[in-house]
Amino acid sequence: MKISVNSEPREITGATLADALDELGFPGAALATALNGAFVPRIDRGATLLKEGDRLEVLAPMQGG
Amino acid sequence: MRVYDVDLTSRLLLGTAQYPSPAILTEAIRVSGCEVITVSLRRETADGSGAGFWDTLSETGARILPNTAGCHSGQEAVTTAHMAREVFGTNWIKLEVIGHGDSLQPDVFGLVEAARILCAEGFAVFPYTTDDLVVGDKLLAAGCEVLMPWGAPIGSGQGLRNPDALRSMRAHFPDTPLIVDAGIGRPSDACQAMELGVDAVLLNTAVAKAGNPVTMARAMADAINAGRAGWDAGPMERRDMAVPSTPVLGLAGLT
Repeated sequence: MKISVNSEPREITGATLADALDELGFPGAALATALNGAFVPRIDRGATLLKEGDRLEVLAPMQGG
Repeated sequence: MRVYDVDLTSRLLLGTAQYPSPAILTEAIRVSGCEVITVSLRRETADGSGAGFWDTLSETGARILPNTAGCHSGQEAVTTAHMAREVFGTNWIKLEVIGHGDSLQPDVFGLVEAARILCAEGFAVFPYTTDDLVVGDKLLAAGCEVLMPWGAPIGSGQGLRNPDALRSMRAHFPDTPLIVDAGIGRPSDACQAMELGVDAVLLNTAVAKAGNPVTMARAMADAINAGRAGWDAGPMERRDMAVPSTPVLGLAGLT
């Protein structure tokens, strides 16, 4: 299915958010996810089903002031 | 200084953005004795830039104060805070809700609402706010135990635009930790803030964009210590006219 990952269109086969993260191959474990604007805790990623057109945000630590 | 039941020795908090290199950032933190650094969450890239930065942060040993920089609504800030708590493993959050694009002035209405939500959820909220006393009262009523008034717009380096307002905040909130956040440009600005009785200073660009960030980090720490000592010592009152400091009694008659 086609979803948006950090505003980039991506084709994924995994059914859950956890599957999608594996598939997308982000390095590092310090990641937080939001689906369609709502925070999805790490513990819920395996039970969160994705659907066509979902907007996934994958955030990581970054320099800030 | 004690904030949210944590004792801090250093009264300098540093932002982590815009340094020439991670090594210079790490060295600036080290030489300044800074114990709290603020960091953001941004979209992770395919090459894992966030993962690399996380390693740099961990090596500093500093306490992490995640921020919600760039959020323009309370709802965005609350969601970002939830994500930051998971990534950084801390309930501390520097709450920014920006209300004005040019000045990056806080949206104090969204700020108070977001603070109320996050405090109720157990976050230790550090609100980036204006120097408005009424907003400060509402933030404390929402559950905040520290206030972070601006000195001048973020990244402007203008120094304290309204020292009288900060003096009023000190008088109005005698028992609340006050951290001047944003607008500091030079060590004298940081020193002035501390002389007004604020408890600490948070700055970023003034160090990161200095010709020598490491030397500037040390200068800021020294200025903050000097300003605090000046506040503790109790400065003299200003006078309108000169008053001779050398005794007049015993002055030789040489005319």
